[in-house]
Amino acid sequence: MTPKDTVPAARTPGDRAEEPHDAYVPSARRLERERFKRARTRRAAAVAAVSTLVTGTVLFLVVVESPGWPRTRETFFNAHYAREALPHVLEGLWLNVRLLAVCGAAVLALGMLLAVARTLRGPVFFPLRALATAYTDFFRGLPLIICLLMVVFGVPALRLRGVTTDPVLLGGTALVLTYSAYVGEVFRAGIESVHPSQRAAARSLGLGGGQTLRHVVLPQAVRRVVPPLLNDLVSLQKDTGLVSVAGAVDAVYAAQISASKSFNYTPYVVAGLIFVALTIPMTRFTDAVTARMDRRRAQGGIV
Amino acid sequence: MSERPAPPDGQPVLRLEAVRKTFGSTVVLRDVDLDVAPHTVTALIGASGSGKSTLLRCANLLEEIDDGAILLDGEDITDPRVNPDTVRRRIGVVFQAYNLFPHMTVLENITLAPRRVHRVPRAQAEERARELLERLGLGGRAGEYPDRLSGGQQQRVAIARALAVRPRLLLLDEITAALDPELVGEVLGVVRDLKDEGMTMVLATHEMGFARDVADQVCFLDGGVVLERGTPDEVFGAPREERTRRFLRRLTEAGRL
Repeated sequence: MTPKDTVPAARTPGDRAEEPHDAYVPSARRLERERFKRARTRRAAAVAAVSTLVTGTVLFLVVVESPGWPRTRETFFNAHYAREALPHVLEGLWLNVRLLAVCGAAVLALGMLLAVARTLRGPVFFPLRALATAYTDFFRGLPLIICLLMVVFGVPALRLRGVTTDPVLLGGTALVLTYSAYVGEVFRAGIESVHPSQRAAARSLGLGGGQTLRHVVLPQAVRRVVPPLLNDLVSLQKDTGLVSVAGAVDAVYAAQISASKSFNYTPYVVAGLIFVALTIPMTRFTDAVTARMDRRRAQGGIV
Repeated sequence: MSERPAPPDGQPVLRLEAVRKTFGSTVVLRDVDLDVAPHTVTALIGASGSGKSTLLRCANLLEEIDDGAILLDGEDITDPRVNPDTVRRRIGVVFQAYNLFPHMTVLENITLAPRRVHRVPRAQAEERARELLERLGLGGRAGEYPDRLSGGQQQRVAIARALAVRPRLLLLDEITAALDPELVGEVLGVVRDLKDEGMTMVLATHEMGFARDVADQVCFLDGGVVLERGTPDEVFGAPREERTRRFLRRLTEAGRL
């Protein structure tokens, strides 16, 4: 059969153009299977939709039909107080966002340094290794709030010349101290998960220890730890609110001020929802980035 | 591990009917037909990229075929209504790179599927595993981790793992390609023993001497097509196709035949 004999209508719509010399026409068996698979996909989508609808309705009814719902709605979901609190909460949120950006970058940098320091080999680096280990042990174990109080109130009490007393800067420092210990361990886990044969291959190409780390080990390590890293960043984002212990007004503190004026808890709900809304795009973005990387190196197969 | 009713005599264990497989716009298998009779060995030969491995991966449903059908004991296993897991339970596979689980001992590697999939009691599964290890010359290695074994030993463990569930059919995907030459013999010896015991096998291989010696049927794949098939004497002794002749000549020149 020459390509001319192939009736275009015989091809399925999803079938891309075959190379011209290949006069392939899908068999009836294939067409039937594809019909079945399409039907199965439609059925699965329908089941998912119905199941979601039922679950949603049940949850909605359980909440709305509960005996205390009218009062709860008044206290937590009051549109008037929500509108009133929103500008203050957003104003406070700006502080959270700035803290997250600066502290996040600092935490990633310091965490990476700690991880590298802990994985360095050779006796020369012993003090560095020991220091990094001690740092991680201490700051990972120290409760964040105690670290904050000590830095925010303890450092100004020293009356050192040239050292800031700004509670936001000091609070940010405390966050970085604690979180870099966490993140350092995440990076270290990633570095150690790269198979030794990769290091061996790089070294045998003549790359030095540092080059091996930079070009071969770290790129693979960082990719693997993106999800737990994001975990820590989201956690950091929420903990930026703790700088309010020293009087800085962040979103949560702003909500607290509004709430204590009106004896209505709606501002808290507003602040909470805003935090959730901030993390979702961040998560989806990293998911998309990792998925794209995985696709590019995919091995194929359906299991 | 229940014994399935024996299929009627003469029915092939594995049958491929006009199988077509593409990756993107590349056609990897084109209208491939193949029958594998019970207790026979089929050797797939051909250059790298000719579709040997893909054919095996399709037969084990690790790849989805585009068109045609693959039948196991007369049942169409490529029908989307068929649960692939129940099909894979009846087929054993040995991979080129062994694919042993590094976090399990030899014994745990072998007893994983019997215990978790086929619900065989631990003692019974371990007894069977030790029996297999003994037969494959690995008695005393049960407690070792794979990384501490040589390639040939690892590959024999992989064969034991595939055999532990008493498969209907064994697929061997270039199982000696990653081995040192002096270790190839021990693995091929195992395959020869399995043939003598009546195991049905399909193997993709570059070991032409072995294919000639052990196979009942040899298929020469070229560009996704079975270009030539027959007994080893026919394919190796008197190839009909020019491309087969050229392929065999290249191997002879490379000292591999």
